[in-house]
Amino acid sequence: MTTTTAPAPLLSVRGLAVRFLMPGGADIAAVNDVSFDLSAGECLALVGESGCGKSVLAGALLGLLPGNARTRGSALLSSEPGVVPIDLPAADERTLARTVRGRLLGLVPQSPAGHLTPVRTVRSQLRETIRALHGTRGRDLAAATEAAAERAAFPADHLDRYPHQLSGGLAQRAATALALVGDAPLLIADEPTTGLDRDLVARTVGELRRHTDEGRALLVITHDLAAAERIADRVAVMYAGRIVELTDAAPFFGTPGPRHPYAAGLLRALPERDFTPIPGQPPGLDALPAGCAFAPRCPRATAVCAEPPDLIDGTACHHVPEPADV
Amino acid sequence: MSEPAPALELTGITAGYERRPPVVRDISLRVAAGEALGLLGPSGCGKSTLARVAALLHRPRAGTVHLAGRRATGFRHRAPRAQRTRVGVVFQQPRQAADPRLTLHDLIAEPLRATGDTTALPARVAALADATGLGTELLYRRPHQVSDGQLQRACLARALVLRPALLICDEMTAMLDASTTAALVAVVEDYRRDTGAALLTVGHDRALLHRWCDRLQEFPRERPLTPAP
Repeated sequence: MTTTTAPAPLLSVRGLAVRFLMPGGADIAAVNDVSFDLSAGECLALVGESGCGKSVLAGALLGLLPGNARTRGSALLSSEPGVVPIDLPAADERTLARTVRGRLLGLVPQSPAGHLTPVRTVRSQLRETIRALHGTRGRDLAAATEAAAERAAFPADHLDRYPHQLSGGLAQRAATALALVGDAPLLIADEPTTGLDRDLVARTVGELRRHTDEGRALLVITHDLAAAERIADRVAVMYAGRIVELTDAAPFFGTPGPRHPYAAGLLRALPERDFTPIPGQPPGLDALPAGCAFAPRCPRATAVCAEPPDLIDGTACHHVPEPADV
Repeated sequence: MSEPAPALELTGITAGYERRPPVVRDISLRVAAGEALGLLGPSGCGKSTLARVAALLHRPRAGTVHLAGRRATGFRHRAPRAQRTRVGVVFQQPRQAADPRLTLHDLIAEPLRATGDTTALPARVAALADATGLGTELLYRRPHQVSDGQLQRACLARALVLRPALLICDEMTAMLDASTTAALVAVVEDYRRDTGAALLTVGHDRALLHRWCDRLQEFPRERPLTPAP
């Protein structure tokens, strides 16, 4: 462990798979063989369409999956150098509750308005979280509450409001403030920009980026490619539960562009580009084909696509060695 | 020949909820026959409320709604059926819009059954399922068995089933990925090309509305619900 020169990644996911066993015998493979690393000060955007398994992946890291989920693989989260990392899928509920959630891993939830407790003010919820995570009491608690709001740019004069009295953007910041209280080195933001207008997207993206630049690692789960382009250092494109492309954000969104045909199709569908959809629809996660899941929709598919492609050099496609001018 | 009456004309609409201050104040807009108008505005500016007024789903406090030159005389359950069925609506959140107990087939067919026009029902539902890219197998699933994108396809098919002369899309694609967005917009545009229907689409994605619509109108940023800090 002491011989490595480069700093070890904060989060190292290897071969993570999540299946759901449904009543009636259906077997849903929501996440398949996902591997990636995430370091401090780095933002990885996990992009893909709804139902591709993005949020299940976040649930697996947080230990928040329902009881019929079966998880395989590992996700090692290192709290500090020299300490044995915690394998999140294998960790028991006590470890997750006492050392992981809020302390090592903060969640900025998908719908902040639904995540906040509706019957209590933002101040009351922040106070509770600070007391639980840091044990702060009395006058210090009041100051710490205002400081916590300040870090997420939540205005102090709105602290005594209830969640339904907040706009979408302010609810987002209240939820972010809660996620930041424990100084967790890893943040997961699940669809942080859905439903926000352009100004609020820009502000939310800017704030999340600032938390990354302060040394946190950030995993952003989103279907919003424009937001991903603005915030991410690296991009992971997910299709039918698998990462099909994992690469640096700049070449992905700029030149030479994405290498996987699905990723290329997603970018082409943007209104700023060709605005043409990818033909067909993704397969159901209960009936994934044995080979490449994208092959039925893929213009480059050939007989070899009946074999599942491995993620090699950041792309899971049999046809990548061909010129990437898709 | 005189110009056809505009598909939608809102004049001096003021609307709100319960006893609270209005969220829409004195707004007028006009969608010409066959035109696609994009209404752009930030979160919470009242654009969804205005869309609901235009769809006769919310009674305004003041102002008038004209559909194809005829003044709307009632809203919600008092809206005359002949006017209500001229407007199709697609909402932002398909999970909240779709009855969770219906199969996608019945979700699409319900307006036909409600209006008693069932002779062409199987053919019409099959044609719309095909146009929106829903396979036969998906049609017999219920909302919890399909993805958001698939459910929104069914909601769009339902909005088109009575062949409305005006389609209103309220943030139809805000929850969806780029490819599904482009696919749904293509369905709407194919329908409009075939029927000459007009479109009012409400959203905050300027790039999307710019690409999609004939004309954009900014929602006046008058009084945000919560003052921006």
